[in-house]
Amino acid sequence: MQNHFSLWKNISIILVFVISIIYSLPNLYGDDPSVQVSHIVNKLTQAQASDIQTTINNTGTPLKSFEFKDGRVLARLTNTDDQMKIADLLRDKMGNNYTVALNLAPTTPAWLQSIGAQAMYLGLDLRGGVHFLLEVDIDAAVKQAEERYNDDLRLALREAKIHYQNVSKDNGFIKVTLKDANDKTELLALLSKDFRGLTVTEPEAAEQVWLKISDADAREIKKSAVAQNMTTLRNRVNELGVAEPVIQQQGVNRIMVQLPGVQDTSRAKEILGTTATLEYRLVDTEHDVQQAVAGHPPIGSRLYYEKNGNPILLDKRIIITGDQIVDSASSSDDDGRPSVSISLNGIGASKMGKLTQVSIGKPMAVVFIEYKNETRMVNGEKVRHKEKVEKVISVATIQGVFSKRFQTTGLDSPQEARNLSLLLRAGALAAPVDIVEERTVGPSLGQDNIDKGMMSFFVGFALVVFFMAVYYKLFGMIANAALAFNVVIVVAILSMLQATLTLPGIAGIILTVGMSVDANVLIFERIKEEINNGNTPQSSIFSGYDKAFATILDSHFTNLVVAVVLFAFGTGSVKGFAVTLIIGILSSMFTAITGTRMIINWIYGNKRVEKLSI
Amino acid sequence: MKTTTINFIGNRHIALIFSGLLSLASLISLATQGLHMGIDFTGGTLIEVGYPQPADLNALRLKLDTEGFEDATVQNFGTAKDVLIRLKLQEGISSADLSTKVLDTINKDVAQPASLRRVEFVGPQVGDDLAEDGFLALLYSSLAILVYIAWRFEWKFSLGAIIATFHDVIVTLGLFSILGLEFDLTVLAAVLALIGYSLNDTIVVYDRIRENFRALRDKSTEEIMNISVNVTLSRTIMTSLTVLLVLVSLFFLGGETIHNFSLVLLFGVFFGTYSSIFIASPAALMLGISPADLMIPVKDNSDIAHLP
Repeated sequence: MQNHFSLWKNISIILVFVISIIYSLPNLYGDDPSVQVSHIVNKLTQAQASDIQTTINNTGTPLKSFEFKDGRVLARLTNTDDQMKIADLLRDKMGNNYTVALNLAPTTPAWLQSIGAQAMYLGLDLRGGVHFLLEVDIDAAVKQAEERYNDDLRLALREAKIHYQNVSKDNGFIKVTLKDANDKTELLALLSKDFRGLTVTEPEAAEQVWLKISDADAREIKKSAVAQNMTTLRNRVNELGVAEPVIQQQGVNRIMVQLPGVQDTSRAKEILGTTATLEYRLVDTEHDVQQAVAGHPPIGSRLYYEKNGNPILLDKRIIITGDQIVDSASSSDDDGRPSVSISLNGIGASKMGKLTQVSIGKPMAVVFIEYKNETRMVNGEKVRHKEKVEKVISVATIQGVFSKRFQTTGLDSPQEARNLSLLLRAGALAAPVDIVEERTVGPSLGQDNIDKGMMSFFVGFALVVFFMAVYYKLFGMIANAALAFNVVIVVAILSMLQATLTLPGIAGIILTVGMSVDANVLIFERIKEEINNGNTPQSSIFSGYDKAFATILDSHFTNLVVAVVLFAFGTGSVKGFAVTLIIGILSSMFTAITGTRMIINWIYGNKRVEKLSI
Repeated sequence: MKTTTINFIGNRHIALIFSGLLSLASLISLATQGLHMGIDFTGGTLIEVGYPQPADLNALRLKLDTEGFEDATVQNFGTAKDVLIRLKLQEGISSADLSTKVLDTINKDVAQPASLRRVEFVGPQVGDDLAEDGFLALLYSSLAILVYIAWRFEWKFSLGAIIATFHDVIVTLGLFSILGLEFDLTVLAAVLALIGYSLNDTIVVYDRIRENFRALRDKSTEEIMNISVNVTLSRTIMTSLTVLLVLVSLFFLGGETIHNFSLVLLFGVFFGTYSSIFIASPAALMLGISPADLMIPVKDNSDIAHLP
């Protein structure tokens, strides 16, 4: 039986169509301007959420809906003015440890959300926002490490009573010159015990040993320099109040930061460029904190504030600073309680050792210091200044004498431990970071791009549809149906994959509209040829599809190859173009070959046909 | 449309001379003038601002000049209200701060401040990387296609298709060079898409030639090529027309940022169509293609014939 599809084939095509329609539906719904509140570490409690809701209600601002889910609060408002007003209000109320972010929450109905249907993910060129590419100076990180090794080595030699004439850095080497060549065995023993990260070469001069950071160690240093910067950036981006930030490593030493919806790029740059350090200080337990709060701090102490806002008095003398911390990691102690383990370099270790010998049982505090570049308007003029922000991030009691390695316990949760170790690392030795690429799109341009993209899509689509209908009559209309089906599938797949839709991506969809009728043109021309050759309509349809198939496969494949290469090498918006092109090419083959065939079989299959409307 | 009988192959010399001259002119322009590379490849800063009213470009230039941005170029972008400011990479100044400073400068002491529409800053290292990636993309896609066509067809076709495609790319780039249009990342993407499109067109013709090589055994290579180009002519033109329709829509309605992108594809589709009709087949012919190259190897039954 010619030109007849089996039932299962018809059903599966229709099923694809129905699923595609369902999953492309979320794109028809708009967004609500909304405010999202979360804690930077913990989850919000029901009580806090209710409190936030009361705060908003007290202002009399109409609230569209209020959701509390996964420890976060999402308040939907009716307009952007209210959104800004509520966000400012909540920022003041909640303080530093909460993130208050502006968000556009989709209004997709619950039943669609429940099957995981979401609207397409718009790229920065469509929704507006900032894209930064940061480059971490990983060579500087290695140099810093070299510096540390240099210092540590001197100290270790002194402690081990190995007399040296000179320890110097020279061209990537640390050169140790001993006073007595006979001490060399001792030196080598020390090196293999405490300095495994260094490779040892012995030059001809008997009293010398040359050391170099091993390749493996250098790789590790570089890797952790980038990782540290990523974690620091994540933390800082939280401060910006961005709903869906993207922070990704690119290549060996680059970090991509995308902040959708952020318009104030100078503030974003300031926050990303913040440098941080930290200090360990003893807590002053002898004087009264309240007196200090009242304005009378005791001599030798300074007033600080903890994260929860409680005042605390700290000794003015610094025990160690952040650059003496080599590493820190969160773990759990023997009893399974969350803890943070910290390693110090030689200098830090000896200072810490001396202090702990005399201070067992006393509390010690970690102060986190950030230098923020801030721009403020003063008398209508922009004034830039560096602001020093100090915060006590942890207070712990000294339990014993320790020096190089120690643990901080008494933390509330593993989350807090992770956060502390991250801050310790971030404050310690982050390699310098440079912004090497910036792309900012303002909100008006983003909306413009969407409008123009949609406009050219609809006009282009209409032109093609008209042209096909006039030229190929009924067959043209069938091709048009397939074309519409193709667009629905592309939108559905883009929505399902949550692939980023960019303006070139929209251009890619438009281009596929023009190109996807190609398969139908090939088929229809073949059918015409077959009819001209004197074949019956039924067999013309059959052999038209049959013969055109190989051609379509070959010609579309080359297109696909190019699109895939483009995807592999493209960045940003170009990748978006490649994605829509790939999806468009594949789905157009399905719709133009199988989709049209199904309809043609319905109309012409299994009956006597005198003439085709082609 | 009735099937035409135009002698494309017989008159191939006219097309070849025309294309030769066109390619030569393009190459000369590319060699002497080069392409006007955008900041994606050169590095630099680009700032687009919007004014509520048509902007006074001269005042803007003067202002930037006095504030030390002498090398800034200022021009309208799309409409009279939109202004594009370009700055070269500058030594010393933290490049990330540059855009902020420029915006501060142009908004100083004005009644109606400009609103920021777009900032693009590309550092020199990133520019080099993007250019390298672009070049690699061109190289790998050409190689992949060369191999694919050689596998599905035959190496002479493969080479012919690449010649036709390179012709399209060179002429399109040449036009860009002659017209002094800016070449950026999206334009490069369009060039790659054009390669895909041009090949698609060429392959349809080749496919028919292959089919006819096998079906029409009594005809000469030239005749078969002519028939094949003619029977696929209506398809070639139809498809090009539908693609041109959407591109025209994109060109006029898609906005400034997508302008050069659609222009490349407009040029490209035009030349791609031309080359698949006039260049691709003659190229394969001149490389010495013959039906024998594409014969399906016939099973040798002579052994069986000798059996009793």
